[in-house]
Amino acid sequence: MSYKANFKIWRGDDTSGELHDFIVEVNEGEVVLDIIHRLQATQAPDLAVRWNCKAGKCGSCSAEINGKPRLLCMTRMSVFTEEETVTVTPLRTFPVVRDLVTDVSYNYQKAREVPSFAPPKELGLGEYRMKQQDVERSQEFRKCIECFLCQNTCHVIRDHEENKENFSGPRFLMRVAELEMHPLDTEDRVREAQDEHGLGYCNITKCCTEVCPEHIKITDNALIPMKERVADRKYDPIVWLGNQLFRRGSKR
Amino acid sequence: MKAGVGAPGRAQIPERTLRTDRWRIYPLTTGAILLFFIAYATVRIFMNKWYWAPEEHYLTPIYSPCLSESCVPGSSHFGTPLPEIPWFLPMAIITFVVLAGFRGTCYYYRKAGYRSLFMAPAACAVPEPHKKYTGESKFPLVLLNAHRYFFYGALVFAAINVYDAVLAFQGKDGGFGMGLGTVIILINLVMLTAYTLSCHACRHIVGGRLKNFSKHPLRYRYWTFVSKLNARHGQYAMISLFTVILTDAYIMAVSAGWITDLRIFN
Amino acid sequence: MVQVQVERFPYDVVVIGAGGAGLRAAIEAREQGKRTAIVSKSLFGKAHTVMAEGGCAASMGNVNAKDNWQVHFRDTMRGGKFLNNWRMAELHAKEAPDRVWELETYGALFDRTKDGKISQRNFGGHTYPRLAHVGDRTGLEMIRTMQQKIVSLQQEDFEEYGDYEAMLKVFPECTVTELIKDNDRIAGAFAYWRDSGKFILFETPAIVLATGGIGKSFKVTSNSWEYTGDGHALALRAGATLINMEFVQFHPTGMVWPPSVKGILVTEGVRGDGGVLKNSTGERFMFGYIPDVFKGQYAETEQEADGWYNDQDNHRRTPDLLPRDEVARAINTEVKEGRGSPHGGVFLDIASRLPAEEIRRRLPSMYHQFKELADVDITAQPMEVGPTCHYVMGGVEVDPDTASSVVPGLFAAGEVAGGMHGSNRLGGNSLSDLIVFGRRAGLGAAQYLDSLDQRPKISESDVDAAAHRAVAPFDWPSEGQAENPYTIHAELQQSMNDLVGIIRKEEEVQQALDKLAELKERARFVAVEGRREFNPGWHLCLDLRNMLLVSECVAKAALMRTESRGGHTRDDYPAMDNRWRNKLLVCSSDEHGTSAEVVEKPQEPMRSDLLELFELAELEKYFTDEELAQHPGRVAQ
Repeated sequence: MSYKANFKIWRGDDTSGELHDFIVEVNEGEVVLDIIHRLQATQAPDLAVRWNCKAGKCGSCSAEINGKPRLLCMTRMSVFTEEETVTVTPLRTFPVVRDLVTDVSYNYQKAREVPSFAPPKELGLGEYRMKQQDVERSQEFRKCIECFLCQNTCHVIRDHEENKENFSGPRFLMRVAELEMHPLDTEDRVREAQDEHGLGYCNITKCCTEVCPEHIKITDNALIPMKERVADRKYDPIVWLGNQLFRRGSKR
Repeated sequence: MKAGVGAPGRAQIPERTLRTDRWRIYPLTTGAILLFFIAYATVRIFMNKWYWAPEEHYLTPIYSPCLSESCVPGSSHFGTPLPEIPWFLPMAIITFVVLAGFRGTCYYYRKAGYRSLFMAPAACAVPEPHKKYTGESKFPLVLLNAHRYFFYGALVFAAINVYDAVLAFQGKDGGFGMGLGTVIILINLVMLTAYTLSCHACRHIVGGRLKNFSKHPLRYRYWTFVSKLNARHGQYAMISLFTVILTDAYIMAVSAGWITDLRIFN
Repeated sequence: MVQVQVERFPYDVVVIGAGGAGLRAAIEAREQGKRTAIVSKSLFGKAHTVMAEGGCAASMGNVNAKDNWQVHFRDTMRGGKFLNNWRMAELHAKEAPDRVWELETYGALFDRTKDGKISQRNFGGHTYPRLAHVGDRTGLEMIRTMQQKIVSLQQEDFEEYGDYEAMLKVFPECTVTELIKDNDRIAGAFAYWRDSGKFILFETPAIVLATGGIGKSFKVTSNSWEYTGDGHALALRAGATLINMEFVQFHPTGMVWPPSVKGILVTEGVRGDGGVLKNSTGERFMFGYIPDVFKGQYAETEQEADGWYNDQDNHRRTPDLLPRDEVARAINTEVKEGRGSPHGGVFLDIASRLPAEEIRRRLPSMYHQFKELADVDITAQPMEVGPTCHYVMGGVEVDPDTASSVVPGLFAAGEVAGGMHGSNRLGGNSLSDLIVFGRRAGLGAAQYLDSLDQRPKISESDVDAAAHRAVAPFDWPSEGQAENPYTIHAELQQSMNDLVGIIRKEEEVQQALDKLAELKERARFVAVEGRREFNPGWHLCLDLRNMLLVSECVAKAALMRTESRGGHTRDDYPAMDNRWRNKLLVCSSDEHGTSAEVVEKPQEPMRSDLLELFELAELEKYFTDEELAQHPGRVAQ
């Protein structure tokens, strides 16, 4: 069941680089990362690739395969025909370190800019009570394995380097949503989503959802609900008036 | 190529995209559908005729409710509070503004439009041609946040459509009756309602805005229901687009006398 | 020539490893006011802990109020066949609930019970539902939670000092190759950045090892590339001792097909939630494998076993949930005797036991894992599973209360520490181990610092020597054949898997030791091409040293222990021997790690109040008569 496949793999660093051709054996049931490993062991021992668990749980081996952002370990070779050339490049939104490895520190910077969970001060250890239906929304977002494929594919920063400063990207807008929907979080995060993290840049074209290996509905369940909350706060005079008159804000 | 994927420090790859799949299909087909609908709607709203089939009691949703004194007799189900509309303006201007506004600000149509008409971006990981991008953070696109108002409006119009549909059950000789047109109107009504109720703003209003569902069990149930519909919001958006055109074209054809309504019962 | 440019970073505490134990230790050290560094081979948040699926054991008693620390303690000791360090097991059982609740204050969102408490699930060897969990991604939740707690501490530091990293800094993709001592105390750690290949030196009096396990020395493993026994080897070379290295846990259920994913874990939660093991004849074979020591504690009919899921007071649990070593051996036997599945495993069936919707809700990542990697729909078909190397019970010998090794300033927590789990770890006890002893190690390091009157000094020659050793693989041997590190690694994995694997024999272990000697010799000639920037071949050369040394400990200890117990099964000594129960095998080496020595050492006798938690009849299965002479049950007779 094994065959020889044609691969093109980008090799280089932050100054130059190009696609290199390889012909490599492929066996039944293998994924693209297996092929990269075979290349390391047989043809290119210093081919740089970042990976860890090889089970789609850690989100390390993000790259672009035939132009699509994907995890190397979760892309089965059986999705390609035997004649097809498989092109593997590093993520194209972040600076490249070497070969398939990119510098994803942008994401860690943005992570720091999201104010952390603000626990209720009056509750001690073991006194937290939350209902399952109240934690489910945030739990979906906490499935995130931080592969940063959504960050990579988001055109706001992929196509506009200058937006990196003002835009935290889907991963961290979703983090804001996660905390906003956390039943016991005491902070108000709505305004900062728009003003600090650039929610307004999002034009909901859903590429983040499309590439998410955890199948999190980032756009429908995190970004749009956040946009609606921002609308409540900033763009909806009726809600504003209602809150003023009936103090509904405090009862939420 | 200095910007975007060609920015300094990123992997230097001359191709704008290395996608080998047929990613152009979505923007091309969606773009064609949207342009067709815009063209059809524009032509149709300036016609100012063939919107009411008096014998069959069919009123096209594009002209409903007909509220001005220009309306043909029988088509004004809610009286004529408005004066005559000059010929160069669409008679159904309110209907048009609300319904076009609802679709124009809809989260699904925004995706569809940005991808197909503005190529921002045309497909995932395909670079967009624009030099600058500020998204919906600035005027005029920030106005899209008004979606919920159009949703409220669309709810009112959906209710009016229900009334129109009930009237479409009048027989030609009075009493109860129905024709193919009634069936089409009903199908359209179902799709329009599904599209309207599955809206993201609706999902937010019925319960999404709450932090603790457990304190509002009823609203949690509504939210769960709307969430289920919402998962298919895009499909309802496209299907209802076609049912609206179909309904309007059918009623136009009956009203103009190009075809005769197929009566099922009286 | 060696580039001796070395960036230097002074810290109070350096934590090596950014998994659950490392992060918890770092949080504690920082909260004790110590400047702390976290050094990680991977990116921040990618640690192996994310692979833990089932849950975190803590006797909170949320689902069954009868649970308490004593029951948890007893389960842990039984699971480890009474070889555990009883003090560690005691601390673990007592402190786990607080540590789990603490995670909630960091923002963790565990699955809930109806009344809003943390839900708990059944697991192998645990008497009551005890595992706090989030679907089947509990490890991810814990890592993310502690990662975010660290960010939150950094935000506090930013408020105070204007620098996020003033008190707590993460060094991602950075590998420590040597520990440096000032006489007998820890003085620092030498490391390189994986991306640039540049060297760094941590000047620190206290180091917490939290590097995880050794699974990458085995071919079929659920462990990732990071699990090369770095901490074990660093400790050995620094003069610390390892215990229990012969006990390697083979998780009974790893994927067996397709070949490229062989070994990937299938959570025990599948069985906890109702999944059952079947052989090729469709028989639920586990009923035939209940060992004498567990007789009476497990259901003997399918009917009783099925009743247990809903009514635990009137039914005994299913033998599918026996401790992992028992289940792994049973599967091994079934396959050997020709009742295996087509790809050499057995069937794990949940499809016929739960509705599809329920399976997808409770086991979402298992559903996706099989769908995407094996094209198997677990809601419609049984899975094929077989044993996979999962965890090493052995590790650095530490003081239970402070996590300190015998080397002053060197601490260890998590999988790299030994003793807590005895000869076999219960599922779910690993995640709780991380947070209980991670915290204790951070605390221990802080206390050690407070007791220190003078900071240790690093000698320049040690730094030069470390740098020299690190770049050695770039020097191609002037004579003889250069060796490919990937080839040596593959041969090591194959022989450990085949010869020191789940079932062991004297001749085979001896063969493995011969092979190890050969590989060690060949490893002197490993050489790599290319530059130092992100060069995986070079990285493997440096990790290989650690794997070879640690594998030697495993094999030597496995040869010495002439009995079968927990994660150590000797075909030639198939029975458990009570005379071995209180003996620890202690591994040590010289400072260059040239070879490993293993010697016997008696285990400290269990404190009498803990001993009295068990029925005399049960203890008699494990203890010798002399050891029980003082037991009140005996005295009364």
